[in-house]
Amino acid sequence: MSGQKRQKQFGKFLVNLTLLILVLLWTVPTVGIFVSSFRNRDKIDTSGWWMIFPHREWQPVRELDPKALGLDPNSVMTIEGVSGTFEEFRAGIETPDGKRLTWIGNKRIGKLEVQAQVWAVDWDFSLDNYRQVLGGQDFEFKRPDGSVEVVPGDNMVNAFLNSLAVAIPSTVIPILIAAFGAYAFAWMKFPGRRAMFILVVALLVVPLQIALVPILRDYKALNLNGTYLAIWLAHTGFGLALATYLLYNYISGLPRDILESAFIDGASHFTVFTTLVLPLSVPALASFAIFQFLWVWNDYLVALIFLGGNPEFELVTQRMAAIVGSRGQDWHLLTAGAFVSMLLPLIVFFSLQRFFVRGLLAGSVKG
Amino acid sequence: MLEAFRNNVMWIIFGSTFSVLFGLLIAVLADRSSFEKLAKSLIFLPMAISFVGASIIWNFIYEYRPEGQTQIGLLNSIVASFGGVPQAWPQWVAVAPWNNLFLIVIVVWLQAGFAMVLFSAALKGIPEELMEAGRMDGANEFQVFFGIMLPYIRGTVISVWTTIVIFTLKIFDVVWVMTGGQFGTHVIATQFYRQSFTNRNSGFGSAIAIVLLVAVIPVMIYNLKQFREQEAFS
Repeated sequence: MSGQKRQKQFGKFLVNLTLLILVLLWTVPTVGIFVSSFRNRDKIDTSGWWMIFPHREWQPVRELDPKALGLDPNSVMTIEGVSGTFEEFRAGIETPDGKRLTWIGNKRIGKLEVQAQVWAVDWDFSLDNYRQVLGGQDFEFKRPDGSVEVVPGDNMVNAFLNSLAVAIPSTVIPILIAAFGAYAFAWMKFPGRRAMFILVVALLVVPLQIALVPILRDYKALNLNGTYLAIWLAHTGFGLALATYLLYNYISGLPRDILESAFIDGASHFTVFTTLVLPLSVPALASFAIFQFLWVWNDYLVALIFLGGNPEFELVTQRMAAIVGSRGQDWHLLTAGAFVSMLLPLIVFFSLQRFFVRGLLAGSVKG
Repeated sequence: MLEAFRNNVMWIIFGSTFSVLFGLLIAVLADRSSFEKLAKSLIFLPMAISFVGASIIWNFIYEYRPEGQTQIGLLNSIVASFGGVPQAWPQWVAVAPWNNLFLIVIVVWLQAGFAMVLFSAALKGIPEELMEAGRMDGANEFQVFFGIMLPYIRGTVISVWTTIVIFTLKIFDVVWVMTGGQFGTHVIATQFYRQSFTNRNSGFGSAIAIVLLVAVIPVMIYNLKQFREQEAFS
């Protein structure tokens, strides 16, 4: 019996351990970017972000002057019990007592450093990167040799506001239309109702790529390209099939007798919709709203096509992609910028996870 | 163009399979673990991150410095510490087409959470007596999983799988931001974009879009059949 119990405990331990490893694998990429966004530019560039954890590091203890010791860098030098060429000293030679000798500088005016290994953590955090990615000005950096390097920052604030201006209407408009549509499908009788709903179901999986070129042509004819209205309408269209389907599933499941008694009392469809159906459908509306908001906020392709020609209206995803393209090595901007772009989705996600999961379970998957 | 189709097939096969496998594994493990909620939240978190954001996150993991310099990318740092040769992974043309896998990983990372949530809900719907009965008859945990749980949630597995297949079929952002389709990583959607909007060759672009549409038709038919069977629509 105790053997069985121990086996069970071991099984539980194994389950927890495997899950822990998987969770770490899934979390480490984000953590790396998050930690790096608070490290200064030089540090990001010269050491891995995991240096924030305690690690062994060589640090100088004292200096030796090779000239005073009469060492000739052009031949094999012997000092403190080790010998080697200039190149070997440049790379660092470990002495028998666990120290390290490293030649700093060039042959003529260099010096020898005696280094010891110590435990170190690299905890020099600041908000500088965020200031630079949001501030939109030039920033000065001191190089190790004392000269000053001017590095332009970026202006994500604008992109952030643009993204809001796109995401909020692109969430509200389809919900309004879809709620009306879903109500009609669920509670009204009209010819072609079934055929139209089948069309909605079919459209759920249609890739939006199919519509991009024709819509772009129409927009050109209507002179809508590169405007907010263009992208609101595009997102509305692309989100409508899913919104209608989801809301229909919910609204058609509302208790029949409540609505019927309202009709008997002489309420019109519009009154029933606004006073009964809308308040009762809040959970479904919220699920879809979160879904659509995240989708629009994170969208890149649709923005690229309908707003691509207008740098004034650049969204966060476009801005980030542009920084990757033009300044892909500027990790101090990329890390902080990535977090600026993720901030709102993560807040929405964590505060409303319940609704989000419910939406997923109801079939919130977009074509 | 053939390259794009081949790559997209890789995306569909590996992307969907690994997302489903990891989603299922995590759902099963989380169900029996002591920190289910936290684990699920953390695995699910990438769902809130945009593809562009995810591309930056993974670019940082893959960050490459020439051999001998300090590697600031996690993967190259690990490789170097084991004495391996650092690589610019997604740009590693020598192993093409397998360098696509370094991009596919990103989507697995994003989608496993989605799969997990659906599987987790489905697993919780399995009656406890059913599994208990299996265990009473002497089935071990693996037999319970493959003999009882998996058949029970078959419907969910199929729908999650098809969803991710459709999703990977249209994959665009990750490839466009990470490599721009260079180094042999073009997929259908990036070719579509390039032909329609960069090369102004919208006839070719439209043809690609139609291919995408044709590719989803089987799923569309399946959905309609499901819908007709349930016939919730009266």
